Amino acid sequence: MSVVVRTIARILIPVILVFGGYVILHGHLTPGGGFQGGAVAASAVALLLVAVGAPAVKKLKAPFSVLEDLGGVAFVVLGFLGIGFTFFANSLAGMGGLFGAPVPSGPNPGVLNTAGTVPLMNWAVGLKVLGGLGAVLVLFGLFGGDDDR
Amino acid sequence: MIGNVPFVACMVLVLLGLWALLFRRNLIKVVIGLKVIENGVNLYLVATGYVKGGIAPIYTYAPPDAAMVLPTPQALTLTSIVIGLATTALMLAFVVVIHRHKRTLDGCKVTELSG
Amino acid sequence: MRYWTVLAAFAVVAGCLLLGGAGMRPFGAPRLDAMDQYFNARSQAEVAANNVVTAIVFDYRGYDTLGEATVLFVAVVGVALILRRVKR
Repeated sequence: MSVVVRTIARILIPVILVFGGYVILHGHLTPGGGFQGGAVAASAVALLLVAVGAPAVKKLKAPFSVLEDLGGVAFVVLGFLGIGFTFFANSLAGMGGLFGAPVPSGPNPGVLNTAGTVPLMNWAVGLKVLGGLGAVLVLFGLFGGDDDR
Repeated sequence: MIGNVPFVACMVLVLLGLWALLFRRNLIKVVIGLKVIENGVNLYLVATGYVKGGIAPIYTYAPPDAAMVLPTPQALTLTSIVIGLATTALMLAFVVVIHRHKRTLDGCKVTELSG
Repeated sequence: MRYWTVLAAFAVVAGCLLLGGAGMRPFGAPRLDAMDQYFNARSQAEVAANNVVTAIVFDYRGYDTLGEATVLFVAVVGVALILRRVKR
């Protein structure tokens, strides 16, 4: 696209990525979560695709696929953390360690260091959605036309 | 009866998508119709869980003693949205391949699999 | 002929859906909400999460999310399988 679109994309893409990371990181405190934040971050990939064209981002396809697989594996591993009780049991919540701070009952300002495995699963699913949607977008950009480029 | 306007609006959305699904032959428009049906169903699910005067089920800076809407339909709608996204990507990929092989987007001209 | 048959079927479905929507319970007053009240009351004690929806998605219904992640994975694999360079 034109230089205007490329300049605006260069300004906006870091902002969109940071906002996606914020939505993922605060998924257990504010509206949002892994899926939403991952979709927001994938919109940055769509903007990049529109701005510079599909052949320029061709080499991003393999990292996105790897990111999606890693997110899925991390999600299952986090599910296995609670295998002493049940699969997907929240074994980190309220234990005092990582993300284990006690949460006050009722309305509260929100403590980031709470909710046990939920924020970690948010990150896993967020990276998975970012990788999956990014790979789909790059694939449509590369092979979505009539001719096989 | 008259207070059920949101439910009726969701049904109207579903019917619009069904109309596109039945009476349009362009495959892209069929996919758009499916998405409209899906959005109507998602809206219906969220409307099912609404409690009068309720706030979002989030305790961060919530006003004290406020009723909260039901969280389970919202969680299932989240699942439904992501699955709809995945199926839409797959359907559009099929449309691309059909157009590449047949040079047309008319669903009635793709007859290899019709019985 | 075929057009009018489809149109009649569509009219029947439309009538059923609209009557069903209008005949629901009053909007904003759900009847069976014991499970949701449990989640709203206990998610802070059991999951330690302020966001009840996230607590349901990732803790109470973790299997559901696992299946959803699998669906996303399968869709990405399908798109990558369909949209590829065709060897001629």
